[in-house]
Amino acid sequence: MANVRPEHKLEPWKDPSAEPYIRIEKVTKKFGDFVAVDDVSLKIYQGEIFCLLGASGCGKTTLLRLLAGFDEPTAGKIWIDGADMAGIPPYRRPVNMMFQSYALFPHMSVEQNVSFGLRQDKLPRGEIKDRVDAILELVKMTQFAGRKPHQLSGGQRQRVALARSLVKQPKLLLLDEPLGALDKKLREHTQFELVNIQEKLGVTFVVVTHDQEEAMTLASRIGVMNHGEIVQVGTPGDIYEYPISRFVADFVGSVNLFEGALIEDEPDYVRVSAKELGGHFFVNHGVSAPPDATVWVALRPEKIVISRDPPVMEGEDNRVQAVVKEIAYLGDVSVYLVRLPSGRMVRVTRPNMRRQSAAVDRITWDEEVWLSWDASSPVVVTQ
Amino acid sequence: MIGRRSFLVTTMMAFGFAFLYIPILSMMVFSFNESRLVTVWAGFSTKWYVELIHNDQIINAAKLSLKIAAINATGAVILGTLAGLALTRFRRFKGRTLMTGMTTAPLVMPEVITGLSLLMLFVAMEQIFGWPAGRGVTTITIAHMTFSMAYVTVVIQSRLSTLDESLEEAALDLGARPAKVFFLITLPIIFPAILAGWLLAFTLSWDDLVITSFVSGPGSSTLPLVIFSKVRLGVSPDINALATIMVSLVAIGIVTAGFYMQRQEKRRERDIQAALAINQ
Repeated sequence: MANVRPEHKLEPWKDPSAEPYIRIEKVTKKFGDFVAVDDVSLKIYQGEIFCLLGASGCGKTTLLRLLAGFDEPTAGKIWIDGADMAGIPPYRRPVNMMFQSYALFPHMSVEQNVSFGLRQDKLPRGEIKDRVDAILELVKMTQFAGRKPHQLSGGQRQRVALARSLVKQPKLLLLDEPLGALDKKLREHTQFELVNIQEKLGVTFVVVTHDQEEAMTLASRIGVMNHGEIVQVGTPGDIYEYPISRFVADFVGSVNLFEGALIEDEPDYVRVSAKELGGHFFVNHGVSAPPDATVWVALRPEKIVISRDPPVMEGEDNRVQAVVKEIAYLGDVSVYLVRLPSGRMVRVTRPNMRRQSAAVDRITWDEEVWLSWDASSPVVVTQ
Repeated sequence: MIGRRSFLVTTMMAFGFAFLYIPILSMMVFSFNESRLVTVWAGFSTKWYVELIHNDQIINAAKLSLKIAAINATGAVILGTLAGLALTRFRRFKGRTLMTGMTTAPLVMPEVITGLSLLMLFVAMEQIFGWPAGRGVTTITIAHMTFSMAYVTVVIQSRLSTLDESLEEAALDLGARPAKVFFLITLPIIFPAILAGWLLAFTLSWDDLVITSFVSGPGSSTLPLVIFSKVRLGVSPDINALATIMVSLVAIGIVTAGFYMQRQEKRRERDIQAALAINQ
């Protein structure tokens, strides 16, 4: 799930003077009484891969269609490259879209599909041919140029759809679940290919996906959506490590959530007492919350250490005794479901660093164990 | 058990086919009859075919029917496609339900009522505007279009509703204006349905008798009208010959189409296999 972008990549969203390529301001889209997109404001910068992540029906595809011009916002404004997009039809926007179904024209060959957009612009024949050849080369489909879409496999169709949407050299490419129809192996491979192509061409990508792994791999930034609203925007690392709400913590990755109360609230640390934990969380970063507010502590399964012996650490916080109830062996990791004295089940994952047969001393069912975690691991959220 | 069931199935199938095809077969056999009496066999002859070719009344009626059927089919396809597009592409407009009902109502309307009401309309129109002057080819064509358009609409609508709308959106997105999208994307994709609708409208018009008899006038006798009036005076063997020719033409058409479609399907399957093999 590592981010494949280089570390020195510019982060334009941190530069207040940077001009966003797409500016979405207070956009709302209603279908009858149903609010599909609810007062969304976003800034997306040139060269980004911005992922809209959310469950189906959260409004992410509607937002994409608003950018493409297939729907007009009920309220609010969208600027692309400095131009107000109100009333501009799809065929006049500097935007191309790759559809979830790929939407390849079934009665045209691969070459005719790819050249369709260029023919609409009435480019000279020689130039059309050169550009189609170049883009087919890029997606490695040259040898299939004469095929019809139904003569292609899913992965090949996906590459043709990508070529068709890139051949007009749009500054902004919208991708609707681009990898949804591919099987897992092919999907992983294509994710990296997409990022490579994006870097080669310098196009801004806006990707809609419900697959958090896909979003983590592709994105420079992720916008998590829920019920038509943008809940959090941030880099994959921010979203995963510093979720701002229970929803985000739970939606991105898996998480153990504990309800609790702040008992010590200092600028550089907090202590939270959680009834279900039967103890206290000690968190080494401050929280902005009113003193008597209910808070939730989010703890990722992979950040919990599971051991037979009591952990060697100061104080009584950030540790608890439990009993292993379920073990699921997933190959690379094992998932343990352990029961705290309060009856609460906690999910813990542990990498299988040795082969199973070599791990003589494995923790097994119904064993008494200690769970412990670092003070930097828990995240306190207030909503 | 299986043997008995398959015997039952075979028998039922044989009865079914016999019920459908024995009348047609007997008609075909008697078209080669020497005798003028249709039910008495008097030896093989092709004289009724020769007589048919020389029968100007029937030949002219057939030509007229073909002409009306072709004009009707073309008009019905244009109107039906427009109606189908309106009903599938514009989801929310006022009176959509009413329009759906009204376009498909002629499917279930008794032909006698359609015919009578059209006749009354034409008469009233002639009195008020002076058009259409009298009953004839024009009125028959209009009448045929009104009901065959309903069939075409249903065919086109069902094809359009299974058409992935993102195909049209993709074309828009790639810079094609809406009119161009229709001619470059929508029309080619739904063309098989349009062709099917055309053939359906053609056939409906070709053998329509009831409505035609209301709105036809002197000198505009279509083939079904001529056959019907001749049969009323007693079945003559040249009608058998005509029917045999028509049945043969239809049969050849169906067999050719079936053969062609089967070949297409086989080629498609081969292509898919090839695509999958390359992908491995």
